[in-house]
Order: sequence, then C-alpha cells, then structure tokens
Amino acid sequence: MAVEILKDRYGSKVGTLTIGNGPAEGGTRTSVITVGGEGTLPAYHFEGELPHRPVIAMEITDVAPDWNPTLLEALGDVGSTTAWAKRCVEEFGADMLYLSLIGANPEGANRPVSSCVATVKEVLAEVGVPLAIVGCGDEEKDNELMQAVAEATAGENLLLGVAEQENYKTLTAACIVHGHSIIAKSPIDINMCKQLNIMITEMNLPPERICIDPTTAALGYGLEYSYSIIERARLGALQGDKMLAMPMIATVGHEAWRSKEANVSPAEFPGWGLQETRGVLWEAVTAAALLQAGAHILVVRHPQSAELLRNHIDQLMVANAY
Amino acid sequence: MGLSGLEIYKLLPKKNCKECGPPTCLAFAMQLASGKASLDACPYVSDEARAALDAASAPPIKLIKVGREPKVLEIGNETELFRHEKTFYHPTGVAIRVADDLSEEELAGRLEAIKDLAFERVGQRYEVDLVALECRSQDAARFAAAAKAAADRSLSLILISKDPAVMAAALAVVGQDRPLICGADGSNYEEMARLAQEHGCPLVVQGDDLDGVAELAKQVESLGCKDLVIDGTAANTSKTVANLVQFRKLALKKRFRPFGYPALAFATEEDPMAQILQGVSFIAKYAAILVVDAYRKEEVLPLLTWRANLYSDPQKPIQVESKVHEVGDVNADSPVYLTTNFSLTYYSVESEVEASKVPGYILPVNTDGTSVLTAWAAGKYEPEDIAKFIKECGIEEKVNHRNIIIPGQVAVISGRLQEASGWNVLVGPREAAGIPAFVKAHF
Repeated sequence: MAVEILKDRYGSKVGTLTIGNGPAEGGTRTSVITVGGEGTLPAYHFEGELPHRPVIAMEITDVAPDWNPTLLEALGDVGSTTAWAKRCVEEFGADMLYLSLIGANPEGANRPVSSCVATVKEVLAEVGVPLAIVGCGDEEKDNELMQAVAEATAGENLLLGVAEQENYKTLTAACIVHGHSIIAKSPIDINMCKQLNIMITEMNLPPERICIDPTTAALGYGLEYSYSIIERARLGALQGDKMLAMPMIATVGHEAWRSKEANVSPAEFPGWGLQETRGVLWEAVTAAALLQAGAHILVVRHPQSAELLRNHIDQLMVANAY
Repeated sequence: MGLSGLEIYKLLPKKNCKECGPPTCLAFAMQLASGKASLDACPYVSDEARAALDAASAPPIKLIKVGREPKVLEIGNETELFRHEKTFYHPTGVAIRVADDLSEEELAGRLEAIKDLAFERVGQRYEVDLVALECRSQDAARFAAAAKAAADRSLSLILISKDPAVMAAALAVVGQDRPLICGADGSNYEEMARLAQEHGCPLVVQGDDLDGVAELAKQVESLGCKDLVIDGTAANTSKTVANLVQFRKLALKKRFRPFGYPALAFATEEDPMAQILQGVSFIAKYAAILVVDAYRKEEVLPLLTWRANLYSDPQKPIQVESKVHEVGDVNADSPVYLTTNFSLTYYSVESEVEASKVPGYILPVNTDGTSVLTAWAAGKYEPEDIAKFIKECGIEEKVNHRNIIIPGQVAVISGRLQEASGWNVLVGPREAAGIPAFVKAHF
C-alpha cells in the first residue's frame, strides 16, 4: 500500500554563519566555512533543505594542557601550538580549529596579552582553516586579550568568544570594528539565549555574525538539557524566531573530558571497560546526540572522535527523500 | 488526540434517552471526548460505532511487551515527537546481536559477557535488555540450542530468522518466554504470523520500503496478529532515520494504523564504535528497539547513558536522597560539603570530591531537585532550614569538627547559616570543578 510521506513545512530557516575570509575578502584563509541555512531538522532531507554540513572544530590551546594522558598520546606533541594545529588539520582532518587561550589565565601561566596574540598569529600563518578563538575565562583579562586578538586579526572574519550576558559589550564592539563573528553563550536557558542575541544585535552586530553557544552538558551530566535547548532553538528558528535562528556551537570536548566516565581507569572501575575507547565514545556520543538536536559546530579534542563524527555526519548527509 | 465531541456524537444513537446520565447524546459525546465518561454507559451503541470509537481511543502507538517476568521490556505507547513537549515514556530496548554459528564456548562466553552488561552510575542501574540471536548456521537444532543457552541465563530474546521451520524449532524451546520474532516479510508472513499467535509472541514486520512495511503490517493484522514491531532499517543511516521519523510522525499526527507500533532499527556499520554513534541517532529518533553488535562495556555504557538521559522526564528533575553521603574512606576529621539534592548538582560535587582524593561527607539539602542558585532564588536554600537539616541528618555525631563548606554561589548566606547552625562556614568554589584545588589549599 502506498504510504503518504508526511512532510512538515516550516515558515522560516536557520540563519547562516560564515567563518573565515579568503584573500578576496581581505583575509588569508585558504578555506572558509558556512554553516546553517537549514529548512528542517537535522537529517530530514525528505522534507527540507540542508545546504551545509555540520563541521568539526578541534580544540587546541596556547600552553600544553593538563588533559587525560591517553588523549594527549593520541594528539602527539602538544607543546608546540602550531605543530599541534597543523596536525589537527592535515592528519586529523579538522574543518576548523578552536583555540582556547588558557595560558592567559592570571591564576595559571598568566601569559601577557602580546604573547597570546603572537600565538594566534603563528597559528594563522601555519594553517589555512578558519579559527574560533576564546579567552581564558577571567573576565578582566579576556576583555583586554580578545580586543587585542580581534585587532591583530582584523579582516580574517574569525569566530571570537565568549560573550555572556554580564560581559558582551567589549567583545561585540571589537567584532564590529575588526570584522569578526561572535560566540554568544548562555547557561542552558532559552530565554537568556534569546535575550543575549537581542542585546548583541542591538549594538548593531548583524545576526549572521552570531553563533549561539547554548552551553554543553556532557553525556550523563545533563546532556538532555543541552539537547532539548538546542532542539527548541532549532524549532524556534524554523518557526520564524530570528533571535534563536543563529547556528549553534557545542563545546563537547571540554565537557566530556571532565566527566569521570571519560577518565577513570579499569583498575578503579572494572565494570566500565577500557578507558581509551570509553573516553573517545564519551566525547563522540555527546557530540552525536547534540548533532541530532541541531548543533552546527562540534568542538572536540580526540582525533578518533573527530573521525567517528566525520563519518557519522557523512552518513547523515546522504539524501533520504522518498 | 482522538475524536472531537462532535465526531463522537455522529456515531451515537442520538436517542437522548438519558440512560447514560447526561441529558442528551451530545452532552454524553462531549464527556466521552474529554475522557470523563465511558462508552459502556450507553446501552444502545451499535457494534460498528463501538469499534470505530475504540479504534479512535486506542493509543497512537501500541504498547508491546517482550520477555517474561521478572524482566519484561515494555516499548511503544509514546505520544510526543519532542521530549520537551512532555516526555518520552518507554526507553529504547537495547539488544546485542549474537550469531548462532559461534562455537559452543564462544557463544557461552558472549552470552555471559552480555549478561554482565549492567552498570551502576550516579545511583542508577543501566542494563542491556535483549539478546538478538541470529540464525546463520541454517541449522534449526543449533539455533534452538543457542536460544536455550540464552534463556537459561535469563536473557530475553529477539529470534532472527526468515525460515519458519528454524523459528518453530527455537519457539518450541523458548516460546513461553515471549521472545520477539524477527521476522515476517512478504515470503513468510503467513507462517510467521501463525507461529507468533501460537506462542503469544510479538512479531517484527519487515518490508523493502515504507510501503512494504505498511502493506505487510496490514496483512499480518488481518491474520489476527496484534502485537507487532515495525522494522525501519534501511541501507544507510540517513534513510533509517527518515523511516523511523515517518513511522512516528504518521502514527502520531495521522493516526496511520499500520505504523501504530513501536519501531526497530539495526545498526549497520561494521565498526563497533561507528555502530554506537548510529545507535545514538536511532535512539534520538524514536527507535523503540535498537540492535547492535557492539558488546564491550566501554562501548555499551556510553550508549545506555544516552538512552537514560534522553528518556529522563523533563518535568521531574532526578533527585538524590537528602541524607549524609560518604565519599571514600571518611573519618571524624573529613571535610563536610553542603549542596542540593538535584542529582546533577550532587553528582558534580561527588565526582569532584572523589577527584580531590580527600574523603568527605556531602550533605544534599532537599531543594525539590533544583540547583544551588535556583534553589536559593526560590527560597529553598534558607539558612534556618539548612541549619535544621545539619542538626537532624546526624553529621554532628560523625565528625568532631564543626566546619562546613558551602557552594561559592551562595556565599551570601554564610553569616546567617553560621548563626543558625553554630557551624563555622567556609565559602567553597563557585563551581564543583574548583573543589580539588580548594581542598588542596585548605586541608
């Protein structure tokens, strides 16, 4: 019997976001990324357009990170940020990089702003992919740091973060002046997410230069909250809410690798199996779930999760119209 | 869902006899529509109308049971497309596929490994639900023996074979345990339907495409089989997702009866880790049963954790018991931490206390399952109430100090808490992640 395929029609689309400028646009990137533009839910090719595939950003840091030893082993030498960046792109196939300038933290290495900016420029010189760059989490330092980063990379159209409700003006102004896009982060709350987007656009940064960070919670640690916020924002975008329509970034690696399940050894938890595989899957499963909810940029750390996710995205991008 | 009052009214006898209670048939119809009355109250309703009304009031996706007490898997009876609209009710049954052509030892080893796939984390227990035993030997006796080996270990089964003779042999041995028969297709559905009815087992319906599945579901239903599971598996991940979504949408939004059953999907990737990611997508997109080959603990734990997350009720935050919790090998000098009984908050604190390598006591105040700031803003984290909890929970008998570490986000309550409880209040880090550094500095 002939089944009448049910296709939901939505009145609107997810907005688009382009990261990176090539020489023609005043930048130096050899590849640029556009995400968003969907007219339906993830992988629903049968009822709407999905013009751009979700992308994988690999996280790198300006000083050697204190990450799980098995993760560090898989990444190779992380002492040189530029060599690490190059490996992510050439060997691990990252679509873009997510550079966390953790070394700037006054509680940690407390690197001066000028050194951090130099690292940023070295990475830009080493790789051609677009970059997302975020500060160290110390509000005062980050305001100074990200302003300097924005200025030093003017015209590259990078994705800079993070703007939060309490602290968004300096970064927004820097993105406007120097031609970058912004990460707008809200704490797993759809109303605060929308509110921040409104405040940023009111400063005249156009919506197509905003990327929503809805805050990622890891598998087993509230992932369902992130999942539902992303799903609700996606549905909101499709129903015409322009202030929820920006593409979304999920900082998966940072959250997943904090969980106990990603890190403990079989000696400590014999019932949980091998740590190497478990850690990779803790990250990849968190990302795959958020991909189904509607995330556009998946920030991961492990080369193997990047590969698994790339394959999974390939599979989900296969046309499935009836 | 269901019919409106007016639609029901059209099916009633329209005698206005009042025997059902309400003064008119229309009033009775309105009560039926809102679920306040039962059709049994009407003495004159025709069989035809009753059948139509029953069909309309049936759940859009039928509840199906697999396995016997005490381990019955219930799937189906879902009402939502998105968990945030209400909740998803019956967690996906996860099945591990095993071939019957393994050697006896290998088979026993694999079955033991599957039986051992149970995990304790954050106070919850996750288990694999089923063994999907596939006949590759083409040997009915061997298949039946393998089924018995699984049943002997109290494992519930999906029996996979297209050959009714092979299926009959296994059902003769384990049919009373209500395995899921997989499955009926265009070539064998009459015999498979007969076996399913004979043994009272649910039956998987498979077709080349959605039209094929719908056609076959109708055929099998007309043979009297009412407990079905529909197979959405296609040649690739994307199409399987599409099929699962069509099943769910058509069942919920169009009441399309042939798809009014829980759906099954097989992971089709070669690599076990790739299968897990496929499984994540299929679980997210409504698979009621997921079959994977991946069976190692490190592969299955992440998958089952995702299932638990997705199926948690968004309306009811998970809570831990509000009492003294001990982490590690505590003694009378161990630090005491205050938090809330929202499980995510509590377990974030617990895992960081564990990571600090300094054993400690955690006191989760009952905040109705809200996080620290939310509780404080809602007046559920008042110093007087917390002081009362500290007195009553028994911590004062367990430690010989009177120092309590409170979440940094509620530093503002420290003065009043100190006064009300008589304990010395230490303001801890704002985020649980800061606990190890805090402990290092203070203990």
